[in-house]
Amino acid sequence: MISIITLISVILLMLGSFFFIAGSIGLNRLPDVYTRLHATTKCDTLGQSLILLGVMMYEGMTFTSLKILIIAGFLLIANPTGAHALAKGAYLSGVIPCENTEPDEYRDLCAEVDDDLAA
Amino acid sequence: MGLPVKRKKDLVAVSLTFVALYLYWVVLSGILDVVHLSLGILSALLVAYFFSDLLMQRTGRGYVSATITRVFRFVPYLFWLLCQIVRANIDVVKIILDPKLPISPCIIKFDPGLSGDVPLTLLANSITLTPGTLTLDIGSERSYYVHCLTQHHGEELLAGEMHLRVGAVFGGDDA
Repeated sequence: MISIITLISVILLMLGSFFFIAGSIGLNRLPDVYTRLHATTKCDTLGQSLILLGVMMYEGMTFTSLKILIIAGFLLIANPTGAHALAKGAYLSGVIPCENTEPDEYRDLCAEVDDDLAA
Repeated sequence: MGLPVKRKKDLVAVSLTFVALYLYWVVLSGILDVVHLSLGILSALLVAYFFSDLLMQRTGRGYVSATITRVFRFVPYLFWLLCQIVRANIDVVKIILDPKLPISPCIIKFDPGLSGDVPLTLLANSITLTPGTLTLDIGSERSYYVHCLTQHHGEELLAGEMHLRVGAVFGGDDA
């Protein structure tokens, strides 16, 4: 019985690691900041959830696994917020998206705001 | 907001906040002796008395029950979102590991037709959590600017039901 739970948690840990590795490969292969954010923040979200779930399975029903669940919840809130802040900060400080980004409706908005400031 | 208005404390809101905070304290401390449990009661009571307005925002009559309804409607949404995250993650991993790297990034404007800070934040974070889409900014008239990894992801977002589900959680009322 215990060995089955251990087996499930090991499988979850391996799946989580797989998503982390895929995210890291994406970080190297993708062309610009914004697409790289997709790879790192997203694959890591599922990767860390699976790893924390695996640790919870291994730990069993204790206060520690409840705490891990709370950590997973906070990461699910913090991760997209950080990604959003990074992307917006990068765009507003002039990091240009890669060439084939089409359409880019945010550029039009930023141009409008610049015109308003200039006027 | 203007000057803070001194309002009468709502006993139901304070007690519900106290219960939530105290459960959280017990989980985090994990020690079930008299000292820790009574310290928890003391601190949870203090925080619940002063800050119950933050958890249960006064949005008019019956705001306590509205908050509870939202929590119950949020749980199925959370499960749906987790399924979406898993499905889309596999999708993105396929793109990343594809030797040809078939990406066609785009930044699209997306008007969800929602209002209120909490629904807008929840939707923006949900969009970002779902791989393939990344919220850049919320512009004027409450429209999102979303960076998509492929054109296909953008079309899926525009045709998708995520904003409708977020709207359903909040039941159309503005938080």
